[in-house]
Amino acid sequence: MKKLINKPEDVVKEELEGVALAYPDLVKVHFDPDFVYRADAPVKGKVAVISGGGSGHEPMHGGFVGVGMLDAACPGQVFTSPTPDQMLEAAKTVNSGAGVLYIVKNYTGDVMNFEMAADLARTEGIRVLNILIDDDVAVQDSLYTAGRRGVGTTVLAEKIVGAAAEKGYDLKKVADLCRKVNINGRSMGMALTPCTVPMAGKPTFELAEDEMEIGIGIHGEPGRKRMKLKTADEITEMLALSIIEDSTYTRTVREWDEDKGEWVDVTLVDPPFKAGDQVLAFVNSMGGTPDIELAIIYRKLHEICEKKGLKIVRNLVGRYITSLEMQGCSITLLKMDDEMIELWDAPVKTPGLRWGI
Amino acid sequence: MPITTADVLACLRKMADVIHENKEYLTELDSAIGDADHGINMDRGFQSVLKKLPSVEDKDAGTILKTAGMALVSSVGGAGGPLYGTAFMQAGMAVAGKYELEAEDILAALEAALKGVVMRGKANLGDKTMVDAITPAVAAMREALRNGAGTAEALEQATAAAEKGMKDTIPMLAKKGRASYLGERSIGHQDPGATSSYLLIRTIAEIAREKE
Repeated sequence: MKKLINKPEDVVKEELEGVALAYPDLVKVHFDPDFVYRADAPVKGKVAVISGGGSGHEPMHGGFVGVGMLDAACPGQVFTSPTPDQMLEAAKTVNSGAGVLYIVKNYTGDVMNFEMAADLARTEGIRVLNILIDDDVAVQDSLYTAGRRGVGTTVLAEKIVGAAAEKGYDLKKVADLCRKVNINGRSMGMALTPCTVPMAGKPTFELAEDEMEIGIGIHGEPGRKRMKLKTADEITEMLALSIIEDSTYTRTVREWDEDKGEWVDVTLVDPPFKAGDQVLAFVNSMGGTPDIELAIIYRKLHEICEKKGLKIVRNLVGRYITSLEMQGCSITLLKMDDEMIELWDAPVKTPGLRWGI
Repeated sequence: MPITTADVLACLRKMADVIHENKEYLTELDSAIGDADHGINMDRGFQSVLKKLPSVEDKDAGTILKTAGMALVSSVGGAGGPLYGTAFMQAGMAVAGKYELEAEDILAALEAALKGVVMRGKANLGDKTMVDAITPAVAAMREALRNGAGTAEALEQATAAAEKGMKDTIPMLAKKGRASYLGERSIGHQDPGATSSYLLIRTIAEIAREKE
């Protein structure tokens, strides 16, 4: 293992120390339990948007804390969900009284820990709603698996929902918007190389020099299919078509019902893309893939969208949701409406995403 | 002879040792079908349990187990944290206020632990999870006690059933957790969660045997 670290067990702590020193005008870091939060939190009258997940996906989530995006982010160990005590303490710190939205990527551990945290926060009188992000089309069925994973759409949801909270949406509206972003977003990823979790010291899986893995998540886990390496155009086509030709996706998720005061099963339906849709096209590096290659991917994606009648109204190209140093990329398409476009364009000032301010 | 709170404390310490010794093994199993962190997370969790034990040494078995559960919830992360944390907290609630545990109390604690895991994780038997090791273990202990076995013997039968349950996860297709994303490729690998559950149940049996 060759990494710019000191001791594997200190990676997350030292990273957070570095973040606090690098962006003191934007964020503060609380240690034990660990969370990153907006320097000006709590923001009076504003719904607090909190996310979190394992570390190793930087800049997500800590890098998206700031004006117009997240109020707090709870980092777990590398690729490991954070724990309820972090999420609870973060909620207490940034809640202004307008309530808290937990944006949760659909991974078994994250879901359970955020549910426990929401239960705890409610016992302390904080209004909390949890919304899941489950956009990874590599997972085909929801009946025999834990359902689609939360990947690229998470970044877009954090931006759009964060802007809505900044604009003064109430908790219910913020949660509804987050759900809307989720059901309109779809992603697919691939890897050229595995990655190495510092504490494990060796790669999470093995890939031969001429092989690639299609349908990976963001935790260095193997994907659905292993195949011989193809060209950038062929890979882009494979990823893009999996998204564009994906049919209606239906699954049941657990959400908190404020009227009933209990967790209820909610059935969500993602409509497929169709010609004429306005989309945001997001090409993301898994960490080790350079911008030069992302641009080649974007070039082909643009062509495919045009051919399929999808109108790219906004885009995002770069390294935003990663798997440590893994080489590879993911593509996310998000169907946009005017409200979402306006919120996407709203000012944002975080370590990882900045415009308009 | 009943199990005392000193035995419960010794059991948790021994669990920490066992998990530490098997840290790499569990992580290796997890790297085949998960995300290569189960051993690391469980080890961090039980080290955190060890730190909390001195503060509850004079407390009842329920408080000790609940404290261990809280320590696991706030340190393990992943799915293992809420699942094992809930298991220990529920086990603690089943023996709340008790300073001595008879065989029936241990069975009640294990039953409560299993119920907690199922409630939190919503896994069914055959989904390739911890439930596949704990369910047969609880059933075997219940059966052994009904047939007049002593505590240690009943727990040894539970261990044997857990071991079989663990090995039975090898041909299973995972339906819960990260392994479920592998589809057919999850077949042929032993579930890391079922493995850690087996190790913990085996440790309880060993403590009971030493006692007799």
